[in-house]
Amino acid sequence: MSKSNFTRRGLLKTGAVTGAGLAMPTIFTSGAMAFTNEPTGDTVTFGFNVPQTGPYADEGLDELRAQELAIEHINGMGDGGMLNTFSSKALGGDGIMGKKAAFVTGDTQTKSDAARASAKSMIEKDGVVMINGGSSSGVAVAVQGLCQEAGIIFMAGLTHSNDTTGKDRKANGFRHFFNAYMSGAALAPVLKNAYGTDRRAYHLTADYTWGWTQQESIQSATEALGWETVNNVMTPVGAGDFSSYITPVLNSGADVLILNHYGGDMINSLTQAVQFGLRDAQANGKNFEIVVPLYSELMAAGAGENIKGVYGSMNWNWQLTDPGTQAFVKSFGEKYGRPPSNSAHTCYVQTLLYADAVTRAGSFNPCAVAEALEGFEFDGMGNGPVLYRAEDHQCFKDVLVMKGADNPTTEYDTLEIVEQTPVSQVTYEPNHPMFGGDEASLGECNDGA
Amino acid sequence: MKMLGLSRKDTTFLLIVIALTLFTPILLQPFPEGSGLATFNAGYPDLMQRFAIFGIFAIGFNILFGLTGYLSFGHAAFLGVGSYSVVWMYKLLGYSVVPGILLAVVVSAVFALVIGFISLRRSGIYFSILTLAFAQMSYNLAYSVLTPLTNGETGLQVYTNDPQVLMGENSPTSPHFFGIVMNESSKLNVGGWEFTFNNGYYFTAIVAILVFYLSMRIFRSPFGLMLRAIKTNQTRLNYTGLNSRPYTLAAFVISGMYAGLAGALMASMDPLAGAERMQWTASGEVVLMTILGGAGTLMGPILGAGFIKYFENIFSKINDNMLHQWFAWMPDGIENFLIGVSHFFVGKSWHLTLGLLFMLVVIFLPGGLVEGGQRIARRFRSRKSKDDGSEAQTQPAE
Repeated sequence: MSKSNFTRRGLLKTGAVTGAGLAMPTIFTSGAMAFTNEPTGDTVTFGFNVPQTGPYADEGLDELRAQELAIEHINGMGDGGMLNTFSSKALGGDGIMGKKAAFVTGDTQTKSDAARASAKSMIEKDGVVMINGGSSSGVAVAVQGLCQEAGIIFMAGLTHSNDTTGKDRKANGFRHFFNAYMSGAALAPVLKNAYGTDRRAYHLTADYTWGWTQQESIQSATEALGWETVNNVMTPVGAGDFSSYITPVLNSGADVLILNHYGGDMINSLTQAVQFGLRDAQANGKNFEIVVPLYSELMAAGAGENIKGVYGSMNWNWQLTDPGTQAFVKSFGEKYGRPPSNSAHTCYVQTLLYADAVTRAGSFNPCAVAEALEGFEFDGMGNGPVLYRAEDHQCFKDVLVMKGADNPTTEYDTLEIVEQTPVSQVTYEPNHPMFGGDEASLGECNDGA
Repeated sequence: MKMLGLSRKDTTFLLIVIALTLFTPILLQPFPEGSGLATFNAGYPDLMQRFAIFGIFAIGFNILFGLTGYLSFGHAAFLGVGSYSVVWMYKLLGYSVVPGILLAVVVSAVFALVIGFISLRRSGIYFSILTLAFAQMSYNLAYSVLTPLTNGETGLQVYTNDPQVLMGENSPTSPHFFGIVMNESSKLNVGGWEFTFNNGYYFTAIVAILVFYLSMRIFRSPFGLMLRAIKTNQTRLNYTGLNSRPYTLAAFVISGMYAGLAGALMASMDPLAGAERMQWTASGEVVLMTILGGAGTLMGPILGAGFIKYFENIFSKINDNMLHQWFAWMPDGIENFLIGVSHFFVGKSWHLTLGLLFMLVVIFLPGGLVEGGQRIARRFRSRKSKDDGSEAQTQPAE
């Protein structure tokens, strides 16, 4: 061996002895908290888990802006935004139950695995009591399941699939955003007025959970009008080129094309459909029409000219004129110099709703918070009167039917509001077959204790 | 000191690896809680589990790539197959991880046998493309057509109405190994430090040590030598009258089983299996891990796996708010400048940092991080004493 007195064996021995020595006088603590991540200091931490890279990164970044704004308003900085118009006055702009709100951020990469890893690090390392975000239904369902297991609250962000509050609903998860069923129910009457009851629809559907629930919802809503469904073709996600799917549409006998696509897929498929001359075509003696059931500002901007006159639906739009919307658009615009998006709005509202529920419950315990949110009715958040239904943790509110504007003046008003479909028209039973039927259950609330 | 059929040097090496693995929860927590640098602590259960799991994945990949030189771009498929097997066992039998892990290894071996049998008819780039095609096919099938089996985009998970026939009254309701619940931890508070000793981590760590030992034996065996001969010159090997395909197929299956085991452990820590686990990016990641750490070395892939997972989980979480806190003591101009610069390397730009480091490693340390370690060790040795010889070398060069 070497002459150095720094040997491996010596090092190992010393290490072991030191380790044992350190361990002796201390007590192993485990499960000392009343519930997962009970905040003990003078701050309480939220986790904002959004896609910062990948296909939905732009939406994720807008969500982050809104979440940061919500934290400011909760802590009494800025002009208070929607806290001034919110019907519940529990929050006083002095933090939450005397604690200052803080946040950590993470990148979901729009992948369930990465999202769960990021959420886990927030729970295990940063001690968050609530996670908000997720710009994809797959990610939202995955993170919701994780929060349920860990015993914290999940406030879903942009997730439109029926499953999030349908067959995958969880006691610790809440969704403010609307869903595919509501899109179908809201669009149907508008489509009836615009295009009549004698139409033949051709569906192109993104081949995954969200696409299917979306297609199923629209098909049943339009068939109830008397429309006929000619065909439903599945397209791979991220296909890029849809020309081979669009070519057969014109000769299929259909006169409406419904694009159950989102994000980049929708931009590509719509652009190509327009380039193929579908909008100018005639079929069955009628003008050929295109419908995009779920819109977002980002997609509208991406599709440019092509969306003119195309119908779709949204959860919220900054062009609404109620006081809540105006307050939010004002403080968001002042801070970031642009109007907030649909997804930014839902994340902002979810953060405030959580903070408010904690204050009303008087506890950060997830089960107490869940109880405060269940059946909660509120107003002044931009959507009119809203109910957080207790049976499936889904918000029920008016849905916006949108149309591509004919003469947009800026890059932010490429969509115009056609109709505000009243909540009664989009409400369904909690055990609706599209939402898991009678088998779907929230399970037990878990506080991690 | 020789044991378990290892040479003296390897025994020491194995013991060091065991010690490092067991003390990971302490070693990865160098900064006290509440200090500004606590963000850089990595000693929380999920990340430690990932270190061990991706370590296993990379060790297995290295048996194929490091020894035979066959570059597979489809190893993520086995990872996914392993995860799905385990979750199905949860759904059908109950939350014990044992049946799932066994099934996962068997199923991934069968998958690897089929894919390997076809892909290994070609070598070089054609082999890589074939494996990539198979993996991408598995991913697309899992994402859409096979949804009844995989639950598509949402990911396979356990529902309350699943049969779970082996679940008793008092069985734990999350993954466990004979009653040891994976997500339970003990915490140790020393001064300002908090160390988390997680059951799941120790389970994965012990499995990792076992498969590390196995890979060590493979590296040192005649079989390993044969694999290296294939890497060096397969044509010459064929001309000597040896059929090299059974050897490459065996290496492919073994490495597929490692990947399946890693996938199984992922689902053992977190009872969900998603299709993205099979995407080509996941296959690419393990290639990066192996090259970054040092292909063909025993320790390299583990280092590479740790390195990449650390960046993915720690750097991606640093946001501008934290930067403001760190640099708040500086004069405003410098503060804003520093934040502006660092903004491009943290948070959503963590890919950039990782990419730059990867380039630096590949350009200046072609042998990966292991080569860096060896260079440092060599410098120390030459400075300290000339007669130290090779004994102080802890990392075998390949």
